[in-house]
Amino acid sequence: MNELQELYQQVILDHNKNPRNFGILDTCTHTAEGHNPLCGDHIDLFVEMKEDVIEDVKFKGAGCAISKASASIMTTLLKGKTVAQAKEMFTEFHELVTSDPESDPDVVNLGKLAVFCGVREFPARVKCASLAWHTLMNALEEKEKAAKTEE
Amino acid sequence: MSTFDVNKVRADFPTLTQKVRGKDLVYLDNAATSHKPKCVIDAVSDFYRNYNSNIHRGVHKLSQIATDKYENARKIIKDFMNADSTEEIIFTKGTTDSMNLFANSFGKAYLKADDEILISHMEHHSNIVPWQILCEDRGCKLKVAPINDKGEIIWEEFEKLITDKTKLISVVHISNSLGTVNPIKKIIDAGHARGIPVMIDGAQSIHHVEIDVKELDCDFFAFSGHKIYGPTGIGVLYGKKKYLNEIPPYQGGGDMILSVSFEKTIYNELPYKFEAGTPNIAGAIGLGEAIRYVSELGIRNIAEYEKELLDYATEQVSAIPGVNIIGTADKKASVLSFVMEAAHPHDVGTMMDMDGVAIRTGHHCTEPVMRRFEVPATSRASFSFYNTKEEIDVLVKSIAKIIDMFS
Repeated sequence: MNELQELYQQVILDHNKNPRNFGILDTCTHTAEGHNPLCGDHIDLFVEMKEDVIEDVKFKGAGCAISKASASIMTTLLKGKTVAQAKEMFTEFHELVTSDPESDPDVVNLGKLAVFCGVREFPARVKCASLAWHTLMNALEEKEKAAKTEE
Repeated sequence: MSTFDVNKVRADFPTLTQKVRGKDLVYLDNAATSHKPKCVIDAVSDFYRNYNSNIHRGVHKLSQIATDKYENARKIIKDFMNADSTEEIIFTKGTTDSMNLFANSFGKAYLKADDEILISHMEHHSNIVPWQILCEDRGCKLKVAPINDKGEIIWEEFEKLITDKTKLISVVHISNSLGTVNPIKKIIDAGHARGIPVMIDGAQSIHHVEIDVKELDCDFFAFSGHKIYGPTGIGVLYGKKKYLNEIPPYQGGGDMILSVSFEKTIYNELPYKFEAGTPNIAGAIGLGEAIRYVSELGIRNIAEYEKELLDYATEQVSAIPGVNIIGTADKKASVLSFVMEAAHPHDVGTMMDMDGVAIRTGHHCTEPVMRRFEVPATSRASFSFYNTKEEIDVLVKSIAKIIDMFS
């Protein structure tokens, strides 16, 4: 595979065209907005938490294929995970996309996220790949929105 | 067909003949910065290798050579713009620095609460933000003239916005994100009819259009060295002497004074009043050389050839289904901004990079333009006289490939 095929793997192109969990989650307890001012990528993330577990998650927004696919794939992986598990996934994901392109990627625990391995070759695109995850971290750190949970 | 010998000029630019990711470099990011001809690289290197020295007041030989070359660059620029005197040519770090100097000093001298500054909707952030800072500080108001769907100033609206409160008009000559060439002569005349000075942001025009500040009668004109094949970190603010004499200095320090005491400091004469500290000496000398090079090619010849490139590219790119050109003004410089239904500009940029094609993607420091056209960003190919039609063919093939992959 050349660098480009590695960056735009079929899975990524598919999630870009048909993003999963795309839309507003009315039952959300946590939400955050992510913005990448340099390229205009924009995401609204909606998370429904039950105690420490992510019950459901959806996103809306516009951006490049990498940012959209990253958000889409992220949402498919989060359901049923605890906050601690989500944070750990983010750490591993971030390590992957920022690792030395010459090194062997450590994808053992990454599962589906391993498709973002090609991002390592394109430092300018790391921000695209990690936007959804940064937004998730912000959403999880946010205090529960009392108004929304009571509705 | 122009008689421009592109292969001959390409040989002057060492960076152009290289492989990028295994492909021949196709450099179409000229609106961001241009490549440098060998003579400019040599002029910069000659300074550091042979007569590196600080300018002005030095009594030793090297300082004299450096001073002469620095001041000669100023003269080359004065002649190039047809300014009245070298006192009107102030060296800055670039257009942004020129705009900030101007906003700061002009603002202090002339602007007060409720005064209005008129700009257009297609300004670069560097002709928006300095005014916003000033407005916040002094209570002035920033008025924005709207543009039409082609990316042209709507003249009737522009005229309506010139009021008794307008104290300054500051507009871009050529839009960096749309390519629109604004009717600056008409704007300057309209301003002067009401006694309003006019500032022209010439970052994108100095290398595409002949600038004669006397004929234009513009009061201020800003540009960057690196867009006209000179080094980065050097630029120019042209100003009419009558204004430059009246407005206060921007920065204080060495070189901008005649005498300093704790009781009273006397500012230096023009243009040194505005050049505090050791300037970018090598940059100024390199810029002088760049302008000499460009003058030799002839701005008119350059403009004619670049128009051929733009027409060819516009025809080829607009024929591709699913591609929309943003910025279709009747008068355009060689900037082609486009969006694709299939792929986001950021993906387009990365894909093209793999084909060796360097373009710019994003908002191009003109976020209000992006909002006006309801796009998050565009892909922008911008052409220089060293580009070829064959390179445009590579661009077009690359676009087709991207559509194929992302659809």
